Amino acid sequence: MASCDLAVIGAGPAGMAAATLAAEHGLDVVVYDENPAPGGQIYRAIETVSLARNSDLAFLGESYRAGAALARAFRASPARFMPGTTVWLVQKDRAIGILRDGKAAMVQANRIIIATGALERPVPVPGWTLPGVMTVGAAQGLLKSAAMAPSSPVVLAGKGPLLFQLAAQYVAAGVAIAAILETGARPIAALPHVWPAWRSGTIGKGLALLRAIRQGGVNIIRNVVALEAEGRGRLEAVAYRTVRGTGRIATPLLLLHEGVIANAQLTKAIPLAHEWNERQQCWQPMLDADGNSDVEGIAVAGDAGGIGGAEAAAHSGRLVALAALKALGKIGRIAHEALAETERTAWQRHLAARPFLDALYPPPDASAQLADGTLVCRCEEVTAGQIREAVSLGCAGPNQAKSFTRAGMGPCQGRMCGLTVAALIARETGQSMSEVGHYRIRPPIKPLTVGELAALE
Amino acid sequence: MSLFRRLHEDGPGDAMTVTITVDGVALQARAGESVAAAVLASSDPTSRAAPVGGAPRAPYCMMGVCFDCLMEIDGETNRQSCMVIVREGMMVKRMARPKAVTP
Repeated sequence: MASCDLAVIGAGPAGMAAATLAAEHGLDVVVYDENPAPGGQIYRAIETVSLARNSDLAFLGESYRAGAALARAFRASPARFMPGTTVWLVQKDRAIGILRDGKAAMVQANRIIIATGALERPVPVPGWTLPGVMTVGAAQGLLKSAAMAPSSPVVLAGKGPLLFQLAAQYVAAGVAIAAILETGARPIAALPHVWPAWRSGTIGKGLALLRAIRQGGVNIIRNVVALEAEGRGRLEAVAYRTVRGTGRIATPLLLLHEGVIANAQLTKAIPLAHEWNERQQCWQPMLDADGNSDVEGIAVAGDAGGIGGAEAAAHSGRLVALAALKALGKIGRIAHEALAETERTAWQRHLAARPFLDALYPPPDASAQLADGTLVCRCEEVTAGQIREAVSLGCAGPNQAKSFTRAGMGPCQGRMCGLTVAALIARETGQSMSEVGHYRIRPPIKPLTVGELAALE
Repeated sequence: MSLFRRLHEDGPGDAMTVTITVDGVALQARAGESVAAAVLASSDPTSRAAPVGGAPRAPYCMMGVCFDCLMEIDGETNRQSCMVIVREGMMVKRMARPKAVTP
């Protein structure tokens, strides 16, 4: 079996920063990522854009440009980058199952840093499975990786920094936006958290985005309380309700976004110990100050350990790498303390903006308004009503809901419905999300054919 | 009309140099694009029929999470088309609803 000192899973800001630092200090580092190039979602295609589509940086903006330096340092480091590689298994003894070029293999790592980032919180609304309904992140990925933009005026619905960033990028690129449907009101609860967010630069950036969107003449409809995607076979219109009344906008493309959550699929599958984050309404691994999990030698960096954003993720990655260097005897305790202090201070300055953002854009209650007919599990086409019915028949938790309804048994393995199903059960049974728990995630966390598996020695 | 368009006109370095076949129809794409991206820029953005109800689906998350972009690529079914980069001559098929199993 192949082996390495340190395996880093994910080449976004956290993974790149961790791998670069660890490799520069002499560790044998291997970095796995499913994508063809480093950057993760936030800096997707940063190398191609910097080299071949430099003019696109004008509309992609400053915060995206920041990824170029990270990617350059990562490429210049001795870390071995394995793009196009899927990690489908991580065992507690730090054996890793990978899939590359259609062949599965096992690798033994001395230590592992999981940097699998975030995913967008699923937004179940009536009609969200229609072609023409996608996520804001999906559309931003197309803009970064392929310079693709909506062909007709697009509707963005939801809230959060990513939504406003994409809107500002579209305005700068001259792409038409039919409307932004902003869900919820910007609550007063955010006010006590203004100062740390201001100090971290987050508020300044946010205001600049909102100014750019307003100057672009975009129609922003606020206080939206309900949404519905309408159409037969394709999206034709978005119907919405605000506190004042109702409206309908004809469009072939609706982009949804309600913030991001830690991508806990791999950490749950190992499984590491997790806790429910009430503020961000998602599960995240329980970590110490150095990012160490409850399993010896396995640490988590960046958004996979709790949402902090791209800048926080790079500092978190270095902090976790320093802990690995100390544990493997590559740096002494005193050197570690000095280097870690700098990273920790910078990390915490960026993290300090989160309470403000979390309070300003609170996650929607995934269970309150869901109509019985709305699909919650996209793969197996299970509705909110079927989950409620299962609960009324005595289904006690998400894992039972699977056997009652097949929700969570499709190819996405519960990534898209897990939180919604749990929230519905919590509401129907009067339990908390911690009490209800989550699907038991099992490897392989990505589908693997028998033929691919057959390559294992 | 397509859901997405390419912002840059065809020029040197931006040419539609890759030809793939989707359900027997030739589709031009640029090097480096994913199969799902090329499909979203075509006149039919759908990737598959939903396995239970048969309703059309299109790529949703574009980051390998939702599995709604599953397509048959070069004879292999259930590939995440958002994670596969176009290659000259690639044969892509939209996936139909699986046939019902009769006992």
